[in-house]
Amino acid sequence: MSPRPLHFLRRGQRVTLHDVPPDRTLLEVLREDLHCTGTKEGCGEGDCGACTVVIGERVQDTDGPAQLRYKAINSCIRLAHSIDGMALWTVEDLTQDPHLHLPAGKDLHPVQESLLQCHGTQCGFCTPGFVMSMFGMYQNHAGGSQLDRQGAQEALSGNLCRCTGYRPILEAARHMATLPPATVDAPAVLQKLELLALEKQAPEAQSSYQRPSSLRELLQLRAEHPQAQVVAGCTDVGLWVTKQHRRFDMVLDVTAAAELQTITHAEGQLRIGAAATLEAAFTALHSHWPQLHSFAARFAGLPVRNSGTLGGNVANGSPIGDSMPLLIALNAQVVLASVRGERRLPLEQLYTGYRQNVIAQDELLVRIDVPVPPLSSGTTQHLRAYKVSKRQDDDISAVCLVMHLQVSEGIVTHASVGAGGVAATPARAVQTEAAMRGQPWTAATAHSAGRTLQAEFSPISDMRASGDYRKHLLGSLMQRFWLESQGQVGVSLQDIRVEVSA
Amino acid sequence: MNTAAMYTTGVMGQSHAHESAKAQVLGAAPYLDDLAELRGTLYAAPILSTVAHGTLHGLDCTDALAMPGVHGVVLAADIPGDPILAAFGHDEPIFALDKVWHVGQVMGLVVADSVMAARRAARKVKADITPLPAVLDTATAIAQQSFVLPPVHVRRGDADAGLARAPHRLQGTLEVGGQEHFYLEGQIAYVIPQEQNQWLVHSSTQHPGEVQEWVAHALGIGAHAVTVQCRRMGGGFGGKETQAGHLAVWAALAARKFGCPIKLRLDRDDDFMVTGKRHPFSYEWDVGFDDQGQITGLKLQMAAHCGFSADLSGPVADRAIFHADNAYFLSDVSITSYRCKLNTQSHTAFRGFGGPQGVIVIETIMGDIARMLGLDALAVRQRNYYDADVQSGRATTHYQMVVEDNILRPITQKLELSAHYQQRLAAISAWNAENSILQRGIALTPVKFGISFTATLFNQAGALVHVYTDGTVQVNHGGTEMGQGLNTKVAQIVADELGVPLAQVQVTASDTSKVPNASATAASSGTDLNGRAAQYAAQKVRSNLAAFVAGLDHCGAGAVGFSGGKIHSPNGSRDFKAVVKEAYANRIQLWSDGFYRTPKIHYDKTTLTGRPFYYFAYGVACTEVAIDTLTGESKVLAIDVLYDAGKSINPAIDIGQVEGGFVQGMGWLTTEQLVWNDKGVLTTHAPSTYKIPATGDIPAHFQVQLYQEPNREDNVGGSKAVGEPPFMLAISVYEALRHAIASARDQQGKTGVVQLQAPATAEHVLQALLH
Repeated sequence: MSPRPLHFLRRGQRVTLHDVPPDRTLLEVLREDLHCTGTKEGCGEGDCGACTVVIGERVQDTDGPAQLRYKAINSCIRLAHSIDGMALWTVEDLTQDPHLHLPAGKDLHPVQESLLQCHGTQCGFCTPGFVMSMFGMYQNHAGGSQLDRQGAQEALSGNLCRCTGYRPILEAARHMATLPPATVDAPAVLQKLELLALEKQAPEAQSSYQRPSSLRELLQLRAEHPQAQVVAGCTDVGLWVTKQHRRFDMVLDVTAAAELQTITHAEGQLRIGAAATLEAAFTALHSHWPQLHSFAARFAGLPVRNSGTLGGNVANGSPIGDSMPLLIALNAQVVLASVRGERRLPLEQLYTGYRQNVIAQDELLVRIDVPVPPLSSGTTQHLRAYKVSKRQDDDISAVCLVMHLQVSEGIVTHASVGAGGVAATPARAVQTEAAMRGQPWTAATAHSAGRTLQAEFSPISDMRASGDYRKHLLGSLMQRFWLESQGQVGVSLQDIRVEVSA
Repeated sequence: MNTAAMYTTGVMGQSHAHESAKAQVLGAAPYLDDLAELRGTLYAAPILSTVAHGTLHGLDCTDALAMPGVHGVVLAADIPGDPILAAFGHDEPIFALDKVWHVGQVMGLVVADSVMAARRAARKVKADITPLPAVLDTATAIAQQSFVLPPVHVRRGDADAGLARAPHRLQGTLEVGGQEHFYLEGQIAYVIPQEQNQWLVHSSTQHPGEVQEWVAHALGIGAHAVTVQCRRMGGGFGGKETQAGHLAVWAALAARKFGCPIKLRLDRDDDFMVTGKRHPFSYEWDVGFDDQGQITGLKLQMAAHCGFSADLSGPVADRAIFHADNAYFLSDVSITSYRCKLNTQSHTAFRGFGGPQGVIVIETIMGDIARMLGLDALAVRQRNYYDADVQSGRATTHYQMVVEDNILRPITQKLELSAHYQQRLAAISAWNAENSILQRGIALTPVKFGISFTATLFNQAGALVHVYTDGTVQVNHGGTEMGQGLNTKVAQIVADELGVPLAQVQVTASDTSKVPNASATAASSGTDLNGRAAQYAAQKVRSNLAAFVAGLDHCGAGAVGFSGGKIHSPNGSRDFKAVVKEAYANRIQLWSDGFYRTPKIHYDKTTLTGRPFYYFAYGVACTEVAIDTLTGESKVLAIDVLYDAGKSINPAIDIGQVEGGFVQGMGWLTTEQLVWNDKGVLTTHAPSTYKIPATGDIPAHFQVQLYQEPNREDNVGGSKAVGEPPFMLAISVYEALRHAIASARDQQGKTGVVQLQAPATAEHVLQALLH
């Protein structure tokens, strides 16, 4: 089986590539096949951002006009075929795209000009990645003018620089909005993307990279090719290719199936399609629970959140994945589908052991349903998501703990607790929940719940943390939760600000 | 920001953009892996040991050779020259011979027609190894006398007597972790066979001359048959001082065997597993001091974790000794330095080169003394400062160098005021008393860093300045550009010397066939050495032109000036370009070499006494942090730095070095943790597990100022070195964390010193809170 030709739009032109293997990365295609070496490989695992490029997708909301959606992504772990039918910008393209209009008399895009003026480059190896993350910000946040320092910092947390100490780069991210603007001729790009979509031949049944556009086709293909590697955003599977050297004869990419991309709010549920990106999914969750913002911003870097999907994170089932403890605490259910039909189960029941789950060979995880019931009057809801890691941003949790309580007349009426990093799978702290449910919400209850929580798990020691430390955290995070539930401020480092007068 | 031009008369002193900045933002600045590849290029990947220590009986390559695209393997038997690298200790086999010494040691290469084919096949090679006991910690190494080099003792005065007469005594220990360089561009070499057994080596290296020497040594040929080039590195930080040479040697051996160009680019995980890092250190000390915290005696033991071979461990451990005083006069001191041999990667140069490992222990001692006496740590630090009066008897280091250029007190006082240290210290005390979960801390710490290679012979440099007939200027020097702005500064120096605009001067790739025998670009000395050599070369061309103009205008050559693209004499001004054209027609030499060697330096290698450094660079930093006593998590809240760059050649570039060095040092002491497991496997071998600082770690208040005073020694442009010293300013982060921890411990009624293991991860902070 060979893959079908790969088409994408770059510099106003359709690029067509033949015989690109299904497991070839976008970065390999750029550097080795197209000889565009502006985009760099720093780590080959999506953690440093040197390989960042921006993709443009044509999206159409019901009724509204088609729009161009820009996403900065890591090209080193993204399979090349996954960008079929999209627009692509690399660092070289910002000054070479006929649809990207630079300010009059300028030979640099404002993001480039800004980095130059702010002395934001030293060795320069990370620079193309920063340029492209900033280009994503530029397109998505009105030239960057809508982002404060915090916003800029969050948007750039997936790009590492070892030379500058970031101060000039963060300054450049703010400064770019003050420079004469550059604009993308979005209608022209959209028109070409539409043509690309129309020209695309019907799916070849025998192609080795399948990216069907409907759930029905997807499930049919899944049934026919149980050995195919299922991918969504590739943010983990990409590493199997680059680091574990695995080969895939056939890839089934779920990201184009319209049903899997949608996020809807209906019947007291937030229904998140499994292929919704982490960024989109967290935005939806965050709109219901604003306190989740900082937790969401700490989930990997933006390029990973732009590619990776909520369903991928859940299906992957890593014990240190951060979305599952949250979803468990929110009592989410997963929907598994196959040509045989659908079934749903509580998320934590998906897992049977370390990276093992109940998904059958012909099944796919298609949706995550998060209940958002209206609160009955007199009930207070306490939801907090905690993550402890070596680095604040773009790191993997030593421990992730999500606490979700409803308290009515001083009594805990509902308790759900999700934990990561403390067992072979993401886990629900069943005993801890039981220890709180029906109890008065007091310091004593919290303290005792902390003890139960510590007794409930036997975390391992590894390079991220010792088992003892993880165990300690379970107790101390419960204590912080108690304090925060009482409205105490000054108990979180996030709240602390310092002013040093000049 | 302090980037305003302070010296507006010329090109020097102005914040010109990095010479490659525009190309970098365009993605048009090529790094080695971006160079167009020659037809027939093959790719190599290393075969790595998975055993920390063992007897190597042989390699079974059958499965690897059967893989698609594989052309063959390169093993020790393929080495025509010496199978031991021409390194410092001559103790590193090119490929493991009869023994393996660490997990990740390279045993050979697989060569294939693509990078991934080579990497896939390399993992199919089976090594027949009988494991031997591995030494994996310094305590075991010392107990077993497992050393890469003999211990070194440095003494001044009588430490025992100094301790005996002290009113107060403290004993302590400290563990400080190593650090991965994490240059964004990984290690890479590309070797191209030339005619008649000659070789062109593209290497991402800080030391092309050494790469040339090593490749010639391994191939058994003369250095004259090897040319090494490097236009730029994607970061070096010391990690490409010796380590780059290994890759070039491996690639050269493959190129020789297969008779074609060979590229070897390490995967990031392999880079972590193969190459050396900053030396982790363990310390034990016994210090005596008076009621005011003035040290009367110190006995210090430093154990450097060197890994399996010497590499640069000798000079690194020496520099740790040279900096164990930091800013402080130690009247009676005894230092013992162990260079421990362990079954890990061989640790190597890293920004500061042992200096940070020297400075951190004395700063820890200062903090402990202050807390034991209940004094402000800054006051105790200042009480121990070297005296600016060289006649005072308190201005000579423990290695007998007089500190002649001491600006410690004025620079400290300036920052103490501008950062409002005293007010904030008081505010923090009050705040801490009101809070229990969170605690804040502040520290103001100094750095005094010796500038020069401690190996005196390396303090030399050469350069070439070519003026072409159109008046444009090309400069080549022995230094390398790794992002630090060396080429920009050198171009500024040459432009001012010739009085031409900066745009008229171009600096070209480092090339062993242009400037030979160049030292590594290291020890913060790049501009001092190469800038001066280029200045001397430019001066020779300038004096040729001055003499020519003097002849035309019948004046003395001394009356001829160069500025603004013009050459001035008492008779008027001419365009530089016009004079050059005319001088060429009159057969005047328009190019020249320049050579510089650092004056005044000397020292006795056996006793480590003398004047190893031409001058000292100084700096101070004031950092405020907060900790969460529930989890041990911490946050840096504000950083103020005042750095002594002398008369800065390029303030923007210097500030960039200070900021970058500080943040790198902060990473070393906070989030960057190297973890080897009990099998000797480095389990933090990628950015997913090894965390360098990211944007979120940088406080909104990060203020760096340059201290405005020209170098008191005659250094190029009156400037001072800036590469390494700011790294150690990040020790203020560590000391601020200990201040916050001490405050929390006080609240909890805990006594005893704050025992904080570095890096201060959340787990280590929590341990320090609880012990």
